[in-house]
Amino acid sequence: MASERSDRIPVALKILIAGGFGAGKTTMVGSVSEIRPLQTEEVLTGVDGADDTDGVEEKRTTTVTMDFGRITITDDLQLYLFGTPGQDRFWYLWDELSHGALGAVVLADTRRLADCFPSIDYFEQRGTPFVVAVNCFDTDKRFTTDAVARALDLDPGVPVVLFDAREPVAARNVLIELVEYVARRQLTTAGR
Amino acid sequence: MDHDAGPVVRPYAMTGGRVVPSGTGIDLVAFVVSTMPDAGSGPHMHPEHHAIVAASWEPISVVELAAKLDLSAGVVRVLLGDLRSAGLISLYEPPAATQPHDVDVLKAVVDGLRAL
Repeated sequence: MASERSDRIPVALKILIAGGFGAGKTTMVGSVSEIRPLQTEEVLTGVDGADDTDGVEEKRTTTVTMDFGRITITDDLQLYLFGTPGQDRFWYLWDELSHGALGAVVLADTRRLADCFPSIDYFEQRGTPFVVAVNCFDTDKRFTTDAVARALDLDPGVPVVLFDAREPVAARNVLIELVEYVARRQLTTAGR
Repeated sequence: MDHDAGPVVRPYAMTGGRVVPSGTGIDLVAFVVSTMPDAGSGPHMHPEHHAIVAASWEPISVVELAAKLDLSAGVVRVLLGDLRSAGLISLYEPPAATQPHDVDVLKAVVDGLRAL
């Protein structure tokens, strides 16, 4: 019935889940989202592929898939998690995604740590707050958070956490770490 | 249907080739609410316009609307621009896109996440 619909418009906050291919972005979105992770496609036109070095031929249109999930905080507040498209040449899509984003989680895989360098560079340049979450697939090769922070040459204060992206509680704790970090930065900026 | 072969109709055919919505930009997490239960029959109304109006009777985010209707986010935004111009939907942009995040909101997010 027309008269019964909700007229409450929630405030939606965006968090980006970034990192290299296979670092666990889709897994993390899925493990914390209250809805079955959904996908939407963005059809991109005019991708020239000029900066490709891997022999991928030029394309006029490309479809990229973004994973997203949602967490309802209250009736008036929702978190949206977006898994960023993995390939470098879709980064201009990130500009739109990161516009107004609360912050980002950069997923790192210690077997291929360098894969997350581009994400870190991107968020540093944009001034988007981020935490680095090391997705520990196995417990044999545990790195210390300090070692990861040094290897990634992170600015002091950027949180590094070890977690398992498949574990909802662990993934949630990474989000808490990020939001607390954003709040700390906000207070520091406001106090200047 | 052979999904691997891609869509039968080129995705931007339903927008008449337009890739940018009319009016101001539309965020992926903007909320859409229709102003009336159905879109009526205008000369430029595609079935997708009707589907959007029907699906946004309760407030829904742009990205969820796209997923629900199995349309790309870009196509949905163009169609939303049309519907906004026609006065058939209201769009609510997230306030966070234009101002710093309020510390009280951040605290509410942390509390909410802890309570999950």
